[in-house]
Amino acid sequence: MNFWIRISDIDRRWIYLLMAIAIILPFFVNITIPIRISPPTQDLYTYIDTLSPDSGPILISFDYDPSTQGELTPMAIALLRHAFSKNLHVITMSLYPTGIGIAENITSDIAKEYNKIEGRDYVVMPYAPGYSAVILSIGEDIKNTFATDYYGNRTDTLSCLNGVKNFEQIPIAISISGSSTPYAWITYGYTKYGEKIGVGTTAVSATSYYPYLRTKQVAGMLGGLKGAAEYETLIRKFYHTKGRSMATIGMNSQSMAHIIMIILIILGNISYFAIRKQNKRSA
Amino acid sequence: MSTNIWIWIAALLTLAIYSFLYKDNIVYKIAEYLLVGVSIGYSIAITWYNVVIAKMVVPIRDQHNFLTIIPILIGMLMFARFSKKHGWLSKIPISFVIGWGAGVAIPLQFETSIVEHVKNTIAIPWFGGNILLLVNAIIIFIGVIATLIYFYFSTPHKGVIGKVANLGIWYIMIAFGASFGYTVMARISLFIDRAQFLLHDWLGLIH
Repeated sequence: MNFWIRISDIDRRWIYLLMAIAIILPFFVNITIPIRISPPTQDLYTYIDTLSPDSGPILISFDYDPSTQGELTPMAIALLRHAFSKNLHVITMSLYPTGIGIAENITSDIAKEYNKIEGRDYVVMPYAPGYSAVILSIGEDIKNTFATDYYGNRTDTLSCLNGVKNFEQIPIAISISGSSTPYAWITYGYTKYGEKIGVGTTAVSATSYYPYLRTKQVAGMLGGLKGAAEYETLIRKFYHTKGRSMATIGMNSQSMAHIIMIILIILGNISYFAIRKQNKRSA
Repeated sequence: MSTNIWIWIAALLTLAIYSFLYKDNIVYKIAEYLLVGVSIGYSIAITWYNVVIAKMVVPIRDQHNFLTIIPILIGMLMFARFSKKHGWLSKIPISFVIGWGAGVAIPLQFETSIVEHVKNTIAIPWFGGNILLLVNAIIIFIGVIATLIYFYFSTPHKGVIGKVANLGIWYIMIAFGASFGYTVMARISLFIDRAQFLLHDWLGLIH
């Protein structure tokens, strides 16, 4: 019985240490856990894969800040690699003032991998305030919403945006976010303008968007690091993309941490009931 | 090991934040305050250039669009809140924001979150003969009804109502479990990212 009391009183720092070891160790061990592609990821991949350079630019909105980039950046990178592999034009933007730097950094880095040129193959938009107003404004005229791009070039001079006026020429808008901004894209983009919406979201928020997948208000979704790893698997398989697959590398650690977590929850519950039983007996 | 000074700064700040796991300390506090300060400063700078300059100064100065002055003046009335005497003026821009926001949002959100979902819950189509999809639809249909009844407090939860409400609790608990599982996954993912940053970008120990 003392064992269970000691388990319940264990210093939480030992748990932190155990978790850190469980997460770090798999980086040094060469194991490959197969990644099964979930339907929401497959749907998003399939839709983007059916597009051609003539379909118009896809829009990726980096609606997140550094606090969630661990989960969301691998998604953004995978989506950009897929788009650039297919020579699709890309518009990137952010509804967050702290997300615009991330959008510019990642877009220009991945564009370099594929020798894509700013203004011709992709455009990064600057921050504009008021997320609902921005989405509604893109639905009317994107060049009016963003008179210049992130670098100060006039958007009406960029060849990437030739013939692009509003959502009608943008086949899909993908919001990558750890907050409720994808919901705003669904409300103002899909419901108002019929725009196809893709969602990349943190695992915490993923359950919120399943109802929208069911109603087809969302065309596809990447949920957490697992969703990003699934997308990386698809683009590696069909496009042999280069570069580090951050999410896939992290999945071994994720699995190991989940095993430890399950064991700890079971131990914690057994300990709780064992102590309660002991207390009842002694009473 | 990285020779980039910014990677070093980021790595040391990451370690400073994680030092809190051992115990609260001054290094953690410095990193925490730095994060708050930098985030606010960065947001102000971005807003200054992308909103104040781009949306207010440029249209008037370069494009001579003097109509822009009207919304700017209305917006500036928000600062009247700092005065006890003229504070009431701030109600003017607030009324614009609430009026516009409610007018735009209510019908669209009603359509997005209620109409579409009710339609999808009521209709249980045959799903092209896929029995699993039909089973899914029935589970969701029962779940929606049971959960709504659990939150219906005008009738005592007794008899049939009580049993259906109990079923609603099961649905809610399963939803909480799924959310908690996803939350665990999310938090671990964030640590995985930092571990990769430290081991790959900083120390170069993994590829």
